[in-house]
Amino acid sequence: MDDIFGIPAPLLFGQLLLGLINGAFYAMLSLGLAVIFGLLNIVNMAHGAQFMMGAFCAWMLLAWAGIGYWWALILSPIIIGFTGIVLEKLFISKLYKLDHLYGLLLTFGLALIIEGVFRNEFGSSGLPYRIPPELSGAWDLGFMFMPIYRGWVVVAALILCLATWLIIEKTRLGAYLRAATENAALVQAFGVNVPRMVTLTYGFGVALAAIGGVLAAPIYSVNPQMGSNLIIVVFAVVVIGGMGSILGSILTGFALGIVEGLTKVFWPEASATVIFVIMAIVLLARPAGLFGRA
Amino acid sequence: MADTTSITALAIPDHAKESDGVWGFTRAQLVALGVLVAFLVVSPFVLYPVFLMKLLCFALFACAFNLLIGYVGLLSFGHAAYFGMGGYLAGHAAKAWGLTPEVSIIIGGATAGLLGVVAGWIAIRRQGIYFAMITLALAQMVYFFCVQAPFTGGEDGIQAIPRGSFLGLFPLDQDMAMYWMVAGIFLLGFLLIHRIIHSPYGQVLKSIRENEPRATSLGYRTDDYKLMAFILSATLAGVAGATKSIVFGIATLTDVHWSMSGEVVLMTLVGGLGTVFGPVVGAAVIVTMQNYLAEMGAWVTVIQGVIFVACVLAFRRGLIGELGALLKVKL
Repeated sequence: MDDIFGIPAPLLFGQLLLGLINGAFYAMLSLGLAVIFGLLNIVNMAHGAQFMMGAFCAWMLLAWAGIGYWWALILSPIIIGFTGIVLEKLFISKLYKLDHLYGLLLTFGLALIIEGVFRNEFGSSGLPYRIPPELSGAWDLGFMFMPIYRGWVVVAALILCLATWLIIEKTRLGAYLRAATENAALVQAFGVNVPRMVTLTYGFGVALAAIGGVLAAPIYSVNPQMGSNLIIVVFAVVVIGGMGSILGSILTGFALGIVEGLTKVFWPEASATVIFVIMAIVLLARPAGLFGRA
Repeated sequence: MADTTSITALAIPDHAKESDGVWGFTRAQLVALGVLVAFLVVSPFVLYPVFLMKLLCFALFACAFNLLIGYVGLLSFGHAAYFGMGGYLAGHAAKAWGLTPEVSIIIGGATAGLLGVVAGWIAIRRQGIYFAMITLALAQMVYFFCVQAPFTGGEDGIQAIPRGSFLGLFPLDQDMAMYWMVAGIFLLGFLLIHRIIHSPYGQVLKSIRENEPRATSLGYRTDDYKLMAFILSATLAGVAGATKSIVFGIATLTDVHWSMSGEVVLMTLVGGLGTVFGPVVGAAVIVTMQNYLAEMGAWVTVIQGVIFVACVLAFRRGLIGELGALLKVKL
């Protein structure tokens, strides 16, 4: 196979695919953060922990109840989303009248609790989760071998992101949501139950993180730290994209994943930091973020 | 401008009734300072000096962090970067360059300060939660740098850092000798922060915390003030980290990890945001807790999380803030 820029093509495409997969997770997680932030005005520091819970939920369903991947894909977000609703009702809802920073501190505390409990229960080493048989194997695309599961993750993430975008931009429910983001008091005056909508929105954002966790389970090993390192990168992605636009956070997520993948090919040492460097440059040039409103 | 959240909503005691007192200390604060100094003098004869030195390093770290959150209203979620980097540089200076401990600590603090110049310059472009996310991301960048850079020793860290001799004259191998130096550094840093807060410059910082657009309209270049505060805070955090690495003879990735950033937030929150003595008490509580619960492993993380949640929901003023409210004094 030919070289491209002096790089063997399979290596280049392999890293591009890996970048695309990472980008899919960045997009899904930053989308959930943006939806939650839009209505609740809090940064959900527990998002990474909830992503991890989604993966563990899939593992538990399989190991303890024999429930396979496809049902986990549906059940895990429902279960974890429900825990999110409980958290919102019990704790987060107490903070809406306070400074936003308290929401950040509270969810950080929740993340510590969740991670600590899972580390006690399952250790730090990580548990395997098998790729479902329907999606194992690889396609020969001519220029590279593409593991079917990895292709599925990218497609599923794209579908999820677009569906979320459609719900928010094109449905009546989404219109309520956008209106409440602009002016919650006014929407409530029109007879919409805003507190319930806020609770459900948090649950929905958490469920998105949990689906991400289920999708990630067969690729990464399921371990208690899998979310916390990812979520810091996602924060940088959110700063780069700005939280103003749904489509913006999806685009930024995928694009940065690809950039990271390419960096791994051309300058491997910088691949861990490239997104943070891009964040710094964007802040210097456009402090509101690429798609943000100042 | 959804960004300019009113920081006044933070449970920080108001400074309206600011009386001059002695050196900017109110009478209650003078009493508290007396208690603190007495504790510094007596405690090494009662408690284990190494434990006390650890406590004082974290207390200075928390005070430095409190300078930003308590008096400028900026929540930095990446202060581990300055703490850890100060530790690495001081360790490297003492071990590889053979410098005396006080020079090594100054080098550590200066490096953290330089890092603060760059990080602060980038981060102060946004406020509120964005500021927190940006400082967290920049600190993660520093963490990855420390994982890869050759001088930090990667996963092993810098080990067997010599304590050396203070000014090349007084050997610090004895824990008691080392303790007096650490106590001196802590007290100097503590008083310096108090001096900064009560200077005209500090008054401008507080006005930025209360209402930044108004401070701007009065003609203050608020970005310059915020950047300066960030650099000062980073430098002092670096001094704290540098002192810690000299005391324990080791500088590792733990000190640059984001969980360390979380710990300093927790210490300050427990003690009381924006109080003079709160961070010291908060650091004492958390370090003591970690010491006693060390064998419980990951449950320490859970307990810290529970304290976080409890503080945010019920004790937003922190221990010293609540005590001050109870006695109707500012501490």
